[in-house]
Amino acid sequence: MSILIKDGRVVDPANKIDAVLDILIEDNKIARIARDIKTQADSIIDATGKIIAPGIVDMHVHLRQPGREDKETVSTATAAAVKGGVTTVLAMPNTNPAMDCVENIKLLKEVINKDAKINVFVCGAITKGRLGKELSLAAMLKKNGAYALSDDGCSVDDNELMLEAFKKARQAGILTICHCEDKKISGKGVINLGFNSTRLGLRGISNESEYKRVARDIELAEKAGATVHIAHVSCRQSVEIIAKAKRKGTKVTCETAPHYFSLTEDALLGYDTNMKMNPPLRSPEDLAVVKQGLRDGTIDVIASDHAPHTENEKDIEFERAEFGVIGLETELAVSITELIDSKLLDWTRLFEKLSFNPAKILGIDKGSLSQGRAADVVIISGEKEWQVRKNELASKSKNSAFLGRTLKGVVDYTICNGKIVYKK
Amino acid sequence: MLWAKKDLLGLEYLTPEEIELILETAESFKEVSTREIKKVPALRGKTAVNLFYEPSTRTRVSFEVAAKRLSADVINIATETSSVRKGETLIDTGKNIQALKADIIIIRHNCSGAANMLARALDISVVNAGDGWHEHPTQALLDMFTLKEKLGKIKGLNVAIVGDIAHSRVARSNIWGLTKLGANVTVCAPEMLLPVGIEKTGVKTSSNIDEVLKDTDAVNVLRMQFERDEGTAFPEQLDYYKKFGITEERLAKAKKNIIVMHPGPINRGIEISSEVADGKNSVILEQVTNGIAVRMAVLFLVAQAREARA
Repeated sequence: MSILIKDGRVVDPANKIDAVLDILIEDNKIARIARDIKTQADSIIDATGKIIAPGIVDMHVHLRQPGREDKETVSTATAAAVKGGVTTVLAMPNTNPAMDCVENIKLLKEVINKDAKINVFVCGAITKGRLGKELSLAAMLKKNGAYALSDDGCSVDDNELMLEAFKKARQAGILTICHCEDKKISGKGVINLGFNSTRLGLRGISNESEYKRVARDIELAEKAGATVHIAHVSCRQSVEIIAKAKRKGTKVTCETAPHYFSLTEDALLGYDTNMKMNPPLRSPEDLAVVKQGLRDGTIDVIASDHAPHTENEKDIEFERAEFGVIGLETELAVSITELIDSKLLDWTRLFEKLSFNPAKILGIDKGSLSQGRAADVVIISGEKEWQVRKNELASKSKNSAFLGRTLKGVVDYTICNGKIVYKK
Repeated sequence: MLWAKKDLLGLEYLTPEEIELILETAESFKEVSTREIKKVPALRGKTAVNLFYEPSTRTRVSFEVAAKRLSADVINIATETSSVRKGETLIDTGKNIQALKADIIIIRHNCSGAANMLARALDISVVNAGDGWHEHPTQALLDMFTLKEKLGKIKGLNVAIVGDIAHSRVARSNIWGLTKLGANVTVCAPEMLLPVGIEKTGVKTSSNIDEVLKDTDAVNVLRMQFERDEGTAFPEQLDYYKKFGITEERLAKAKKNIIVMHPGPINRGIEISSEVADGKNSVILEQVTNGIAVRMAVLFLVAQAREARA
């Protein structure tokens, strides 16, 4: 099976390519990238006027399997992923049971081998049951297929234990991903602390609950000599702390999610539970700093934090509704709409953050169009608009923060490991 | 007709004209309660449902009396006796009430935004009788009605709201309503009970009640609930009374004709002294009476708006 993609604008940050070229895929691999390739192929795609880029590597996805298959499964999540141009995901470990031991990871990998339409890598848990009490065995998890460790959804409160976790991670040569939240500060908060939380009569979550933990985790990682990645950065001070650490040469990277550079706390004024996530949508000032962080390189990665929840868990009183929104199907289009259109990033910089950087951070051979690599490719109509409609979402859950919004950037094809896994 | 909303969710969402209209309509309804036969047929054949998820006697009874004086049929649902305890969602409960062909749901709920959510999901009218810390619009409307009745106007008045502003829906509704009608509002509380950014509504903040009372025309004293289990910082009860309690001694240094209001139920000796609560400046029981007229006006207006739409 060979595919020839003709006359598209190829954007590949890894190889510093941004030019109109042809791509030939043979034996599931990128065989050649050149001008005007003249060869026969089983399938020829005319990509005139379209963007061709390495498939998105989304390093923050909740598949919900095992344990909450009513919200999402490996099958439905990866079906949503291909619609959004995503060819690789990192599955977060807050499943039931958590990915805190070799057996659980092995069972999940069996499901992935059977049901996944794209590359799925597994993130292990830092502590047993993600309870922050007892470390899981980092080296064993890594040996059996964990590509990072995280207690996502929780932070390990105990400083000593977290320092120990970083040390073990360094010894095992595995990345630690930190969900930075001091729950003693965020408490029962449900939206950003500020005038809006006052207006709405809802408990607030301060920036402090996030950035103090960012500062702590960077400090502990430095002490242990470990590599740390900060998940879902949402506020001004977190960006500033990370920028400072990077200038010092600390091995820290970070991500933000599309909702943090496209929506503010004002989206909460109607008590829409699809705008409820953790960390919460912040102030316009925070959003501006997150955008600046994307531009100046402080923020390395855009990841969806795809967090499916059923309508039963969302269509209830605001305080009682679950935190989180889905994002696999919209992350590319929101990024194009918010960042390319405003010229904050060019296409190369965008795919650095969507594909190249996350692959590099995870140490996986994805996120590029290098010759000989497994062909993970997305073909996009960058100017075309579409409307996000609930009944057209492939995800099992419909809790999108962008329902009804018109976005720019339509995925025409998603190719994963040399196979067309999605076609518009 | 100035009023076109099927619901009353909060005073934040109303224009000054809409607030004035409710107050004027209430004025015309006040007289009904003084008649020998205290009833008008304005809502005859209509059904109002009191859906109360929080224990409340005074607000529920006030709405019930108001609806009955308009000749509506009233049904009371309290969570203790309903299928809510069996796990039915708020929206399902609302849709069931709508399917019974009720016309108005009057909802009291401990979650902020519950009334907004119900109003969005239903075609029938929703009247907010208090949601979490968010709003309690009819309480603020009756406070404003009482002020206007006593002092002839609202514009330009200096009004102080004293107490737990952070956790008070009465405070929020009063702030929106009073500032929209041009009153100068000061909220007075220990720092820890002033919510973030409250000054953006246009109010002044203070933690010195004696200073505030000096040129205040009316003071609205909020109920203090020291038993609240929030895990948040709270002042000592005795210390609060000493620093913020409305006592005769304090009033002696205030404007002579200062009006003292309280949404009730009052805690004597906790936020207000018995002498003040029962004294000549107090309008606490008149507030209760006015509550009926204001709620009659609200029920009448939202029902009219729905009829006009149909």
